[in-house]
Amino acid sequence: MSSMAPPAARRLLVLIPAFNEEGAVGGVVEEVRSAVPKTPILVVDDCSLDATRSRAEAAGAQVLALPHHLGLGGCVQAGYRLAYELGYDYVIRVDGDGQHDPRDIPTVLAALEKGDCEMVIGSRFVDDNGEHTNILRAAGIIFFRAVLRPILGRPVRDPTSGYVGVNRTALELFSATFPLEYPEIEALVVLQRKRFRFVEVPCRFRPRRSGRSTITAVKSLYYIIHVLLGVFVNVLKFEARRK
Amino acid sequence: MDRLFDMVAVFSLVLIVWVLSSVRRAHIRVEYSVSWLLAGAVLLVLALWRTLDDRIAMALGISDSFIALAIFAGAAFLIVLYRLSLRISGLNDSSITLAQQVAILEFKLKALNEKIQTPAR
Repeated sequence: MSSMAPPAARRLLVLIPAFNEEGAVGGVVEEVRSAVPKTPILVVDDCSLDATRSRAEAAGAQVLALPHHLGLGGCVQAGYRLAYELGYDYVIRVDGDGQHDPRDIPTVLAALEKGDCEMVIGSRFVDDNGEHTNILRAAGIIFFRAVLRPILGRPVRDPTSGYVGVNRTALELFSATFPLEYPEIEALVVLQRKRFRFVEVPCRFRPRRSGRSTITAVKSLYYIIHVLLGVFVNVLKFEARRK
Repeated sequence: MDRLFDMVAVFSLVLIVWVLSSVRRAHIRVEYSVSWLLAGAVLLVLALWRTLDDRIAMALGISDSFIALAIFAGAAFLIVLYRLSLRISGLNDSSITLAQQVAILEFKLKALNEKIQTPAR
Protein backbone atom coordinates (compact mmCIF):
# COMPACT_ATOMS: atom_id res chain seq x y z
CA MET A 1 0.00 0.00 0.00
CA SER A 2 2.89 2.34 0.74
CA SER A 3 3.92 2.33 -2.92
CA MET A 4 0.37 3.26 -3.91
CA ALA A 5 -0.13 5.95 -1.29
CA PRO A 6 -0.40 9.32 -3.01
CA PRO A 7 2.61 11.62 -2.55
CA ALA A 8 1.70 14.96 -1.00
CA ALA A 9 2.85 17.12 -3.92
CA ARG A 10 1.09 15.53 -6.84
CA ARG A 11 -1.67 13.10 -6.22
CA LEU A 12 -2.22 11.62 -9.63
CA LEU A 13 -2.90 7.99 -10.42
CA VAL A 14 -2.81 6.59 -13.93
CA LEU A 15 -5.43 3.90 -14.32
CA ILE A 16 -5.15 1.28 -17.06
CA PRO A 17 -8.12 -1.08 -17.46
CA ALA A 18 -7.03 -4.20 -19.30
CA PHE A 19 -8.61 -7.42 -20.51
CA ASN A 20 -6.50 -9.88 -22.49
CA GLU A 21 -3.93 -7.22 -23.39
CA GLU A 22 -0.71 -9.18 -22.82
CA GLY A 23 0.67 -7.90 -26.12
CA ALA A 24 0.27 -4.23 -25.29
CA VAL A 25 -0.04 -3.60 -21.57
CA GLY A 26 3.67 -3.78 -20.73
CA GLY A 27 4.53 -1.21 -23.39
CA VAL A 28 1.72 1.07 -22.26
CA VAL A 29 2.99 0.96 -18.65
CA GLU A 30 6.52 1.81 -19.79
CA GLU A 31 5.27 4.67 -21.96
CA VAL A 32 3.21 6.05 -19.08
CA ARG A 33 6.24 5.89 -16.80
CA SER A 34 8.37 7.84 -19.23
CA ALA A 35 5.58 10.40 -19.79
CA VAL A 36 4.89 10.98 -16.08
CA PRO A 37 7.83 9.60 -14.07
CA LYS A 38 7.22 8.62 -10.42
CA THR A 39 3.45 8.61 -10.92
CA PRO A 40 1.77 5.48 -9.57
CA ILE A 41 0.34 3.27 -12.30
CA LEU A 42 -2.53 0.92 -11.57
CA VAL A 43 -3.51 -1.75 -14.05
CA VAL A 44 -6.97 -3.17 -13.37
CA ASP A 45 -6.94 -6.68 -14.77
CA ASP A 46 -10.50 -7.71 -15.66
CA CYS A 47 -9.79 -11.40 -15.05
CA SER A 48 -7.76 -11.80 -18.25
CA LEU A 49 -7.22 -15.28 -19.65
CA ASP A 50 -3.72 -14.42 -20.84
CA ALA A 51 -0.57 -13.04 -19.20
CA THR A 52 -1.85 -9.45 -18.85
CA ARG A 53 -1.35 -9.43 -15.09
CA SER A 54 2.23 -10.72 -15.10
CA ARG A 55 3.23 -8.45 -18.02
CA ALA A 56 1.86 -5.42 -16.18
CA GLU A 57 3.65 -6.40 -12.97
CA ALA A 58 6.88 -7.06 -14.84
CA ALA A 59 6.64 -3.58 -16.36
CA GLY A 60 6.42 -2.14 -12.86
CA ALA A 61 2.71 -1.39 -12.46
CA GLN A 62 0.59 -2.24 -9.46
CA VAL A 63 -2.19 -4.62 -10.42
CA LEU A 64 -5.73 -4.70 -9.09
CA ALA A 65 -6.87 -8.18 -10.10
CA LEU A 66 -10.63 -8.69 -10.35
CA PRO A 67 -11.81 -12.16 -9.29
CA HIS A 68 -14.18 -12.45 -12.26
CA HIS A 69 -14.81 -10.59 -15.50
CA LEU A 70 -16.90 -7.46 -14.92
CA GLY A 71 -16.72 -5.70 -18.26
CA LEU A 72 -15.18 -2.31 -18.93
CA GLY A 73 -17.40 -0.23 -16.64
CA GLY A 74 -17.04 -2.52 -13.63
CA CYS A 75 -13.31 -2.73 -14.25
CA VAL A 76 -12.82 1.05 -14.42
CA GLN A 77 -15.08 1.61 -11.42
CA ALA A 78 -12.98 -0.82 -9.34
CA GLY A 79 -9.94 1.34 -10.11
CA TYR A 80 -11.86 4.51 -9.26
CA ARG A 81 -12.98 2.99 -5.97
CA LEU A 82 -9.46 2.06 -4.96
CA ALA A 83 -8.10 5.47 -6.03
CA TYR A 84 -10.81 7.20 -4.02
CA GLU A 85 -10.14 5.08 -0.95
CA LEU A 86 -6.41 5.76 -1.21
CA GLY A 87 -7.05 9.51 -1.37
CA TYR A 88 -5.94 10.39 -4.89
CA ASP A 89 -6.96 13.80 -6.21
CA TYR A 90 -6.75 13.00 -9.90
CA VAL A 91 -7.11 9.82 -11.91
CA ILE A 92 -6.33 9.62 -15.59
CA ARG A 93 -7.51 6.57 -17.48
CA VAL A 94 -5.43 5.25 -20.33
CA ASP A 95 -6.58 2.17 -22.23
CA GLY A 96 -4.41 -0.94 -22.03
CA ASP A 97 -4.45 -1.57 -25.79
CA GLY A 98 -2.02 1.24 -26.61
CA GLN A 99 -4.52 3.42 -28.49
CA HIS A 100 -4.04 6.37 -26.16
CA ASP A 101 -0.70 8.13 -26.37
CA PRO A 102 0.54 8.57 -22.79
CA ARG A 103 2.56 11.63 -23.83
CA ASP A 104 -0.74 13.53 -23.59
CA ILE A 105 -1.22 12.73 -19.90
CA PRO A 106 0.40 16.05 -18.82
CA THR A 107 -2.09 17.93 -21.07
CA VAL A 108 -5.04 16.16 -19.42
CA LEU A 109 -3.58 16.72 -15.95
CA ALA A 110 -2.97 20.42 -16.63
CA ALA A 111 -6.61 20.84 -17.63
CA LEU A 112 -7.73 19.07 -14.45
CA GLU A 113 -5.44 21.15 -12.26
CA LYS A 114 -6.93 24.36 -13.64
CA GLY A 115 -9.91 23.45 -11.49
CA ASP A 116 -12.68 24.69 -13.77
CA CYS A 117 -14.06 21.23 -14.54
CA GLU A 118 -14.54 17.84 -12.92
CA MET A 119 -13.67 15.73 -15.96
CA VAL A 120 -11.33 16.09 -18.91
CA ILE A 121 -11.82 14.13 -22.11
CA GLY A 122 -8.83 13.44 -24.28
CA SER A 123 -10.35 14.05 -27.68
CA ARG A 124 -9.11 12.85 -31.05
CA PHE A 125 -11.22 15.49 -32.78
CA VAL A 126 -10.24 18.76 -31.08
CA ASP A 127 -7.21 18.99 -33.32
CA ASP A 128 -8.74 16.63 -35.87
CA ASN A 129 -6.57 13.67 -34.94
CA GLY A 130 -9.19 11.07 -35.70
CA GLU A 131 -7.50 9.38 -38.62
CA HIS A 132 -7.30 6.04 -36.77
CA THR A 133 -11.06 5.86 -36.25
CA ASN A 134 -12.85 3.28 -38.36
CA ILE A 135 -15.96 4.19 -40.38
CA LEU A 136 -18.36 2.41 -38.04
CA ARG A 137 -17.02 4.14 -34.96
CA ALA A 138 -16.91 7.51 -36.76
CA ALA A 139 -20.60 7.11 -37.68
CA GLY A 140 -21.40 6.20 -34.07
CA ILE A 141 -19.54 9.26 -32.81
CA ILE A 142 -21.49 11.56 -35.16
CA PHE A 143 -24.77 9.95 -34.07
CA PHE A 144 -24.04 10.24 -30.35
CA ARG A 145 -22.79 13.82 -30.74
CA ALA A 146 -26.26 14.66 -32.06
CA VAL A 147 -27.99 12.71 -29.26
CA LEU A 148 -25.90 14.28 -26.51
CA ARG A 149 -25.99 17.87 -27.77
CA PRO A 150 -29.44 18.76 -26.34
CA ILE A 151 -28.91 16.69 -23.18
CA LEU A 152 -25.58 18.24 -22.26
CA GLY A 153 -26.54 21.67 -23.55
CA ARG A 154 -23.22 21.94 -25.34
CA PRO A 155 -21.36 20.04 -28.02
CA VAL A 156 -19.03 17.16 -27.26
CA ARG A 157 -16.63 16.20 -30.03
CA ASP A 158 -15.45 12.80 -28.86
CA PRO A 159 -18.14 11.21 -26.66
CA THR A 160 -16.75 7.66 -26.99
CA SER A 161 -13.23 8.53 -25.88
CA GLY A 162 -11.92 6.47 -22.99
CA TYR A 163 -8.97 8.80 -22.49
CA VAL A 164 -10.47 10.50 -19.47
CA GLY A 165 -9.19 12.36 -16.44
CA VAL A 166 -11.29 13.02 -13.34
CA ASN A 167 -10.76 15.06 -10.21
CA ARG A 168 -11.66 13.90 -6.72
CA THR A 169 -15.24 15.19 -6.90
CA ALA A 170 -15.97 13.16 -10.02
CA LEU A 171 -13.97 10.27 -8.55
CA GLU A 172 -16.33 10.21 -5.57
CA LEU A 173 -19.35 10.21 -7.87
CA PHE A 174 -18.00 7.51 -10.18
CA SER A 175 -16.93 5.34 -7.23
CA ALA A 176 -20.58 5.16 -6.26
CA THR A 177 -22.30 5.34 -9.67
CA PHE A 178 -20.72 4.29 -12.91
CA PRO A 179 -22.25 2.80 -16.05
CA LEU A 180 -21.18 -0.80 -16.29
CA GLU A 181 -21.07 -2.00 -19.88
CA TYR A 182 -20.22 0.84 -22.31
CA PRO A 183 -19.45 3.62 -19.87
CA GLU A 184 -18.07 6.59 -21.80
CA ILE A 185 -21.26 8.14 -23.17
CA GLU A 186 -23.46 7.36 -20.19
CA ALA A 187 -20.80 8.75 -17.85
CA LEU A 188 -21.24 12.14 -19.54
CA VAL A 189 -24.95 12.09 -18.75
CA VAL A 190 -24.27 10.97 -15.17
CA LEU A 191 -21.90 13.93 -14.90
CA GLN A 192 -24.51 16.29 -16.35
CA ARG A 193 -27.09 15.09 -13.82
CA LYS A 194 -24.82 16.37 -11.09
CA ARG A 195 -24.19 19.61 -12.99
CA PHE A 196 -20.51 18.74 -13.22
CA ARG A 197 -18.43 20.27 -16.00
CA PHE A 198 -16.13 18.70 -18.55
CA VAL A 199 -13.65 20.00 -21.07
CA GLU A 200 -12.03 18.36 -24.08
CA VAL A 201 -8.35 18.60 -24.81
CA PRO A 202 -6.55 17.38 -27.92
CA CYS A 203 -4.95 13.95 -27.55
CA ARG A 204 -3.22 11.63 -29.96
CA PHE A 205 -4.84 8.30 -30.72
CA ARG A 206 -3.12 5.39 -32.40
CA PRO A 207 -4.19 2.03 -33.77
CA ARG A 208 -4.43 -0.64 -31.05
CA ARG A 209 -1.22 -2.62 -30.63
CA SER A 210 -2.79 -6.02 -30.15
CA GLY A 211 -6.05 -7.77 -29.37
CA ARG A 212 -9.46 -6.77 -30.65
CA SER A 213 -11.96 -4.07 -29.77
CA THR A 214 -14.81 -5.19 -27.55
CA ILE A 215 -17.21 -3.46 -29.95
CA THR A 216 -17.25 -5.54 -33.10
CA ALA A 217 -19.40 -4.82 -36.14
CA VAL A 218 -21.99 -7.35 -34.96
CA LYS A 219 -22.15 -5.82 -31.51
CA SER A 220 -22.53 -2.27 -32.84
CA LEU A 221 -26.32 -2.38 -33.01
CA TYR A 222 -26.52 -3.78 -29.49
CA TYR A 223 -24.08 -1.07 -28.41
CA ILE A 224 -26.24 1.72 -29.88
CA ILE A 225 -29.46 0.38 -28.33
CA HIS A 226 -27.80 -0.25 -24.98
CA VAL A 227 -26.19 3.18 -24.79
CA LEU A 228 -29.34 4.97 -25.99
CA LEU A 229 -31.35 3.19 -23.30
CA GLY A 230 -28.74 4.06 -20.68
CA VAL A 231 -28.77 7.71 -21.76
CA PHE A 232 -32.58 7.76 -21.74
CA VAL A 233 -32.74 6.27 -18.23
CA ASN A 234 -30.21 8.79 -16.96
CA VAL A 235 -32.18 11.63 -18.54
CA LEU A 236 -35.31 10.39 -16.75
CA LYS A 237 -33.41 10.43 -13.45
CA PHE A 238 -32.20 13.92 -14.27
CA GLU A 239 -35.74 15.19 -14.88
CA ALA A 240 -37.00 13.55 -11.70
CA ARG A 241 -34.24 15.18 -9.68
CA ARG A 242 -35.04 18.65 -11.04
CA LYS A 243 -38.71 18.34 -10.07
CA MET B 1 -61.43 -26.60 -27.51
CA ASP B 2 -61.62 -29.02 -24.56
CA ARG B 3 -58.33 -30.52 -25.67
CA LEU B 4 -56.63 -27.13 -25.37
CA PHE B 5 -57.87 -26.76 -21.80
CA ASP B 6 -56.68 -30.29 -21.03
CA MET B 7 -53.28 -29.50 -22.49
CA VAL B 8 -52.99 -26.40 -20.29
CA ALA B 9 -53.98 -28.48 -17.26
CA VAL B 10 -51.33 -31.09 -18.06
CA PHE B 11 -48.74 -28.39 -18.69
CA SER B 12 -49.59 -26.77 -15.34
CA LEU B 13 -49.27 -30.08 -13.53
CA VAL B 14 -45.93 -30.80 -15.21
CA LEU B 15 -44.72 -27.30 -14.24
CA ILE B 16 -45.77 -27.78 -10.61
CA VAL B 17 -44.18 -31.24 -10.35
CA TRP B 18 -41.02 -30.06 -12.12
CA VAL B 19 -40.62 -27.03 -9.82
CA LEU B 20 -41.31 -29.12 -6.68
CA SER B 21 -38.79 -31.69 -7.82
CA SER B 22 -36.20 -28.95 -8.44
CA VAL B 23 -36.84 -27.52 -4.98
CA ARG B 24 -36.44 -31.00 -3.45
CA ARG B 25 -33.08 -31.44 -5.22
CA ALA B 26 -32.09 -27.90 -4.13
CA HIS B 27 -31.78 -26.70 -7.74
CA ILE B 28 -34.21 -23.88 -7.00
CA ARG B 29 -34.43 -22.10 -3.68
CA VAL B 30 -37.86 -22.18 -2.04
CA GLU B 31 -38.31 -18.39 -2.30
CA TYR B 32 -37.86 -18.51 -6.09
CA SER B 33 -40.20 -21.47 -6.52
CA VAL B 34 -43.20 -19.68 -5.03
CA SER B 35 -43.87 -17.52 -8.12
CA TRP B 36 -43.72 -20.52 -10.46
CA LEU B 37 -45.89 -22.69 -8.19
CA LEU B 38 -48.42 -19.92 -7.85
CA ALA B 39 -48.52 -19.37 -11.62
CA GLY B 40 -48.88 -23.14 -12.19
CA ALA B 41 -51.64 -23.45 -9.60
CA VAL B 42 -53.63 -20.53 -11.04
CA LEU B 43 -53.32 -21.98 -14.54
CA LEU B 44 -54.40 -25.41 -13.31
CA VAL B 45 -57.48 -24.01 -11.59
CA LEU B 46 -58.40 -21.96 -14.68
CA ALA B 47 -57.87 -24.95 -16.99
CA LEU B 48 -60.11 -27.22 -14.88
CA TRP B 49 -62.79 -24.73 -13.81
CA ARG B 50 -64.40 -23.80 -17.13
CA THR B 51 -67.30 -21.81 -15.68
CA LEU B 52 -64.77 -19.48 -14.07
CA ASP B 53 -63.10 -18.99 -17.47
CA ASP B 54 -66.46 -18.21 -19.02
CA ARG B 55 -67.21 -15.62 -16.34
CA ILE B 56 -63.78 -14.01 -16.75
CA ALA B 57 -64.16 -13.98 -20.53
CA MET B 58 -67.58 -12.37 -20.21
CA ALA B 59 -66.27 -9.76 -17.77
CA LEU B 60 -63.43 -8.95 -20.17
CA GLY B 61 -65.78 -8.86 -23.14
CA ILE B 62 -63.99 -11.76 -24.85
CA SER B 63 -66.09 -14.28 -26.76
CA ASP B 64 -63.63 -17.17 -26.42
CA SER B 65 -62.91 -18.41 -22.88
CA PHE B 66 -59.64 -20.04 -23.95
CA ILE B 67 -58.29 -16.65 -25.08
CA ALA B 68 -59.08 -15.35 -21.59
CA LEU B 69 -57.09 -18.27 -20.14
CA ALA B 70 -54.21 -17.59 -22.55
CA ILE B 71 -54.15 -13.91 -21.55
CA PHE B 72 -54.06 -14.94 -17.90
CA ALA B 73 -51.26 -17.41 -18.54
CA GLY B 74 -49.24 -14.84 -20.51
CA ALA B 75 -49.70 -12.21 -17.82
CA ALA B 76 -48.74 -14.66 -15.05
CA PHE B 77 -45.50 -15.66 -16.78
CA LEU B 78 -44.62 -12.07 -17.63
CA ILE B 79 -45.01 -11.13 -13.96
CA VAL B 80 -42.84 -14.07 -12.87
CA LEU B 81 -40.18 -13.18 -15.46
CA TYR B 82 -40.24 -9.52 -14.43
CA ARG B 83 -39.79 -10.45 -10.77
CA LEU B 84 -36.85 -12.68 -11.71
CA SER B 85 -35.31 -9.91 -13.83
CA LEU B 86 -35.50 -7.60 -10.82
CA ARG B 87 -33.88 -10.23 -8.66
CA ILE B 88 -31.13 -10.98 -11.20
CA SER B 89 -30.36 -7.27 -11.60
CA GLY B 90 -30.04 -6.90 -7.84
CA LEU B 91 -27.80 -9.96 -7.59
CA ASN B 92 -25.68 -8.73 -10.52
CA ASP B 93 -25.13 -5.38 -8.79
CA SER B 94 -24.23 -7.16 -5.55
CA SER B 95 -21.87 -9.50 -7.39
CA ILE B 96 -20.05 -6.59 -9.08
CA THR B 97 -19.68 -4.68 -5.81
CA LEU B 98 -18.48 -7.84 -4.07
CA ALA B 99 -15.91 -8.61 -6.80
CA GLN B 100 -14.60 -5.04 -6.67
CA GLN B 101 -14.38 -5.13 -2.87
CA VAL B 102 -12.59 -8.50 -2.91
CA ALA B 103 -10.07 -7.18 -5.45
CA ILE B 104 -9.49 -4.00 -3.42
CA LEU B 105 -9.07 -5.92 -0.15
CA GLU B 106 -6.65 -8.38 -1.78
CA PHE B 107 -4.70 -5.45 -3.18
CA LYS B 108 -4.48 -3.80 0.24
CA LEU B 109 -3.62 -7.08 1.95
CA LYS B 110 -0.79 -7.73 -0.49
CA ALA B 111 0.56 -4.23 0.03
CA LEU B 112 0.33 -4.67 3.80
CA ASN B 113 2.17 -8.01 3.67
CA GLU B 114 4.93 -6.43 1.59
CA LYS B 115 5.17 -3.61 4.11
CA ILE B 116 5.43 -6.06 7.03
CA GLN B 117 8.03 -8.20 5.31
CA THR B 118 10.26 -5.31 4.21
CA PRO B 119 12.08 -4.69 7.59
CA ALA B 120 12.86 -8.41 7.98
CA ARG B 121 14.84 -8.53 4.74
